[in-house]
Amino acid sequence: MEKKDHIISILVHNKPDVLARVAGTLGGKGYNIDSLCVNTTTQNDISKIVMTTSGSQTTITRIENQLQRLVDVISVDDLTNVESIHREMVLVRLNLTAENSEAVKNAVDTNKWKVIVSGDTYVIIEITGDKRQVDFSLARLEPLGITDITRTGLVALTLED
Amino acid sequence: MKLKGTEIFLKVLEEEKVDIIFGYPGGAVLDLYDQLYQSNLRHILVRHEQGAVHAADGYARATGKVGVCLVTSGPGATNTVTGIATANMDSIPLVVFTGQVPTGLIGNDAFQECDITGITRPCTKHNFLVRNIEELASTIKEAFHIARSGRPGPVLVDLPKNVMAAQYDYDPANVKIRNQEAVYKPAPKKMANVLDMLNAAKKPLIMTGGGVILGKASDELTLLARKYEIPVTGTLMGLGSFPGTDPLWLGMLGMHGTYYANMAVSHCDFMLAVGVRFDDRVTGSIETFASNAKIVHIDIDPSSINKNVTIDLPIIGDTKATLKDILRFLEEHHYIQDADSRAEWLRELAEWREKVPLSYCQNDEVIKPQYVIEKLQKLTKGDVLITTDVGQHQMWTAQFFNFDRPNTFVSSGGLGTMGFGLPAAIGVKCAFPDRQVVAIAGDGSIQMNIQELATAAQYNIAVKVVLLNNEFLGMPRQWQEMFYNKRYSHTDMTYAPDFVKLAEAFGVIGLRATKPAEVETVLEQGLAADKPVLMDFRISREECVYPMVHPGGSINQMTLGSREMIN
Repeated sequence: MEKKDHIISILVHNKPDVLARVAGTLGGKGYNIDSLCVNTTTQNDISKIVMTTSGSQTTITRIENQLQRLVDVISVDDLTNVESIHREMVLVRLNLTAENSEAVKNAVDTNKWKVIVSGDTYVIIEITGDKRQVDFSLARLEPLGITDITRTGLVALTLED
Repeated sequence: MKLKGTEIFLKVLEEEKVDIIFGYPGGAVLDLYDQLYQSNLRHILVRHEQGAVHAADGYARATGKVGVCLVTSGPGATNTVTGIATANMDSIPLVVFTGQVPTGLIGNDAFQECDITGITRPCTKHNFLVRNIEELASTIKEAFHIARSGRPGPVLVDLPKNVMAAQYDYDPANVKIRNQEAVYKPAPKKMANVLDMLNAAKKPLIMTGGGVILGKASDELTLLARKYEIPVTGTLMGLGSFPGTDPLWLGMLGMHGTYYANMAVSHCDFMLAVGVRFDDRVTGSIETFASNAKIVHIDIDPSSINKNVTIDLPIIGDTKATLKDILRFLEEHHYIQDADSRAEWLRELAEWREKVPLSYCQNDEVIKPQYVIEKLQKLTKGDVLITTDVGQHQMWTAQFFNFDRPNTFVSSGGLGTMGFGLPAAIGVKCAFPDRQVVAIAGDGSIQMNIQELATAAQYNIAVKVVLLNNEFLGMPRQWQEMFYNKRYSHTDMTYAPDFVKLAEAFGVIGLRATKPAEVETVLEQGLAADKPVLMDFRISREECVYPMVHPGGSINQMTLGSREMIN
């Protein structure tokens, strides 16, 4: 069966070890987590984990079922085929030198990137978008001399309940 | 009223109707052990923590209640892991309490500290570290609830020493727990589908598993099979869920299943699989498993559905409630099996049964293991609770003993844990002191937890060990014979203790039979004793378990053994 990327949204009780349980369930059964994002919801005692993984529909159904067995898991939803918004964020630090500062400035203006902070020798840029957009921006930044990045996992939200 | 953690612990256990715990003390749980003087709770001191878990497991399997253990931190806790994993694979409800170093020392590599919740996360249904006295009572209550609800399983509760020494105003009325009860909603549409499939079927078959025993659904399953003349096969864990002496019973299926059960699976056109999980030892090659059949799968756990075998009609629900619904629906819709096609199917099965029955060759010289098991059944009239270790003797027991009642066959199915049988039998005997409890063991397995003979002797827990001693690790040796050119790499166990003397050293009666003519006498003597007994049966060294499906092969392709076996 065809392997596909899937976005799984998991509501969990905000209990100790809950992330370890979710991650361990996947790892222990041989499934890979490609990206991960976790935080509390509007209710402090409930957290949402959004993760991306890939596999055939059978594999994804197995993952959902295995997660559903966990006592602290409230619900598991595959958002892949549901109308939903997807965002990732990446912070990029560039080295500023006499040679590249003009090029960096131009690229920032052209691409409407958000500069968070800059100094004499560095600039940190924030980019938010779906996976494709973030990949695209990173490709453009690459020749300008990236020194480090931190990229979040994907977050997703359905248009309707 | 302010109570200490140790007092709250015992109060909650009392509320949960725990009457016995299996345990082993140590530094981190000494407060708890001291508090036991103030309680009526029965405590059985085992000789190794693994034995405590298996004993609680045996107790749980025989009674259907939650088994309880108490051990100390660090090595005490890690020693429980094999027992917990055993229970987890077979969905057995346990609550395992482990001591832990004081919360202030957790993470400091303190003496006898280990992250037991981390270690047991993948082999428990759930686990807890109790971080403060306020959550102690609710955590214990929740642990019991989780262990027994839905698909049951083991739950571990880690108890730091300072939490147990702290004081708290305990009021049972204020203890709230989360409710995880799975709600089973009968689906009339699915019942109609079952009816349609049964109407279309000419060769229906029921496959029963451990879920029928755990779900206490044996009566419903038996009624369904008998009422509509549907033959029944079962997994190892399902033995006893349908009467083994009923003509509709085909015996176990799978790697060491009967010829006729495996042929029935391969030829049936409808399979009602109840409380099973289609383990690889049961299915053989997935592609050819019941390939002519429409399969209905009833299970309480959605993750079991379509995990190994593709299911035509999944019904997620409690086995008892679901079978009741099916029975009611078939009754209401006046389902009657087609007499001709059913007679034809049963005749076909009878032919297979006649062609290759379960058999073995007993002579006057050497004891055959199957003979011992048949004699045991005859002498006890089947009125006995049996535990086993893992290996050849376990398969011979599954093949040659007919289990008529649920909860009478106690064996490690999923994990296949050697050393399970003796401690499990101790747990069973504690639950049913007036019943005959026999642990059938191999000479390899028995040595893995032989220290529990001391436990049996101390409390005079009169379990009877039937040791089928072939001086080999028999099952690996059988594989070496069949697949490794008889190169018996490290499976020869000739160097072993004198089991009779060893039994006597433990204060247990030791008996031995070396000739077939002695088997009955030894069994009679052993069964009659009101003390624990170890009976050492020196059996044929290279007897194999047949039939055998080669690993990964189709289950209708069986090695049937020697010619005289087939006759």
